[in-house]
Amino acid sequence: MSTATAPLAEDAATGSATVEFRSLRRTFGTTTALDGLDLAVRPGELLALLGPSGCGKTTALRILAGFETHDSGEVLVDGEDITRIPAHRRDAGMVFQSYSLFPHLTAADNVAFGLRMRGVGKSERLRRAQELLELVGLPQRAAHYPHQMSGGQQQRIALARALALQPRVLLLDEPLSALDAKVRLALREEIRRLQQELGITTLFVTHDQEEALSMADRVAVLRAGRLEQCAAPSELYSRPATAFVAEFVGTMSRVPCSRTAGGGVEVLGRRHPVDGALPADGDLHVLVRPEHVALTPAGDGPALVVAASFLGAVTRLTVRLPDGTEVKSDLPTETAATLPPGSRAALALPDRPVLVDRA
Amino acid sequence: MAQLNPRPRLWRWAVLLPAGLYFLVPMAASVWFSIDDADGISFDAYTGLLSAPGFTDSLVLTLELAAVTVVVLLLLLVPAMIAVRIGAPKLRPVLEVVCTLPLVVPPVALTAGLIGVLRWGPDHLMDTPFFQTFVFVQQPEFPLVLVIAYVLMALPLAHRALDSGLRAVDVRTLVEAARNCGASWPRAVVSAIVPNLRGALLNAAFLTLALVLGEFTTASILGYQPFAVWIYSVGNSRGQMSVAVSVLSLLITWVLLLLLAAAGRERRHQTAATS
Repeated sequence: MSTATAPLAEDAATGSATVEFRSLRRTFGTTTALDGLDLAVRPGELLALLGPSGCGKTTALRILAGFETHDSGEVLVDGEDITRIPAHRRDAGMVFQSYSLFPHLTAADNVAFGLRMRGVGKSERLRRAQELLELVGLPQRAAHYPHQMSGGQQQRIALARALALQPRVLLLDEPLSALDAKVRLALREEIRRLQQELGITTLFVTHDQEEALSMADRVAVLRAGRLEQCAAPSELYSRPATAFVAEFVGTMSRVPCSRTAGGGVEVLGRRHPVDGALPADGDLHVLVRPEHVALTPAGDGPALVVAASFLGAVTRLTVRLPDGTEVKSDLPTETAATLPPGSRAALALPDRPVLVDRA
Repeated sequence: MAQLNPRPRLWRWAVLLPAGLYFLVPMAASVWFSIDDADGISFDAYTGLLSAPGFTDSLVLTLELAAVTVVVLLLLLVPAMIAVRIGAPKLRPVLEVVCTLPLVVPPVALTAGLIGVLRWGPDHLMDTPFFQTFVFVQQPEFPLVLVIAYVLMALPLAHRALDSGLRAVDVRTLVEAARNCGASWPRAVVSAIVPNLRGALLNAAFLTLALVLGEFTTASILGYQPFAVWIYSVGNSRGQMSVAVSVLSLLITWVLLLLLAAAGRERRHQTAATS
């Protein structure tokens, strides 16, 4: 498929622009959606905006698309402030969360809609529409209406429509959230493949961390309208800058700990150096990922296995410590079989710096 | 199926039969009255219509009034309803109440109000350019004042039809998608929303048309003679002809309904064929 689409990709190729949000602020009544967001997107990269509901990720995308106004700050595309340019002249293709195909138009006409608005002749727009339908793997659906297509097909047509005008930036506003799991997985790969083929700068809004980590070159985690961390998925996962990022991306368990004289912490009877800053006061918790928690069967061990959840190659065990703290541990399924719920185990953390947060 | 559960069919007939009789018996009686003659059956009441004084004029005037009313009403209501949905959703209930208000104002009261304004205007605006406006809207050849009244009367019907059409469309997303594809605001509405409201627009147009064809009170009190008033005046002197005209007006309404529905279907087929 990619060999067949190579010339098409060239034809649909767009400029790969830089995008920059500078001190962007937006409030809705008493709610602050964006609180001085600073973020730069590199040319040709796919950057995922990740965060919980209300963190401002969709607002940022809509301001970039021109559908929302901002209170202060700047949005730069290739160094040019675009906030005063109307939405229809912003040169940004967008795929929406809800199915947004025009119900009265066929797939081909939907894809060609933007070209029609630009005054491109009918034969040329149908040719381009057909090319783009081939690019998204749906050339046979050209004459179908949206109601005759599945959700996944509709979103692929919407993607083709967004690319039809060869935009400088592609904006994806949770385009997979309405789809079932299997289709979502397939379309996720499809979007990534197209984005890489076209080399188009892409902003992808999602609240699904798995989606963000698997698709994006970099992930920007937002919280309450501010950027918490922007990094490559592996870095975000292994070296989260804040406790919020650590707990939002992947699974974390909190284990009580105490300070040691050397600026480290003591947890489960062992001393560990601290990764990052140690909070100045208050009770502390160490944040640990399930795959970093080692469990070994021990009849007199402090941890009681309370639940087991089969995840395929690994099984996630939940153990309860004497103080009531619950900790999750991912073990190979064969190893986990030796620790059924009700059994006792010894628990150990790896000998490495740990992330510490206030309790 | 019917053998397994004969009750629904029985109930269906129990409802349909009286309802059918309720509508068909008066119509059949009207048709019979219009063609019954001392010497047998005669279609004189129908054949004499075209030559009856005032028939063509009143029918043409009514159709013209209906056409202008439909255009004015849709031009006012469609942009307003779309704008409220996109820009001020909280105003939707307000718009709904405003559009429903004419339902609780009897045509007589509405007409009395209109008469008051029409009397007040010339007295107070004699020396202003607005005086000519008052004269213009009351010209007998085409009384625009009736259009104003009909637009108000048809507001609840048209609003209901358009509202149900708009509920079926994600207006905001479609407009944003169109704008994202390079369409300006007006073009986004015309290209992405209006085509998806075809059924609702036809419904609104037809309901307005039916209202104008049958409206009697306002036109009569204001002294104009559209179709309904003409039927009434003919009925005073030629009873058989007035019933014949009523039957015909019913048929005209049906024919217009069929034409509008056919136009909607034709448009859909054309869209499918050109894709």
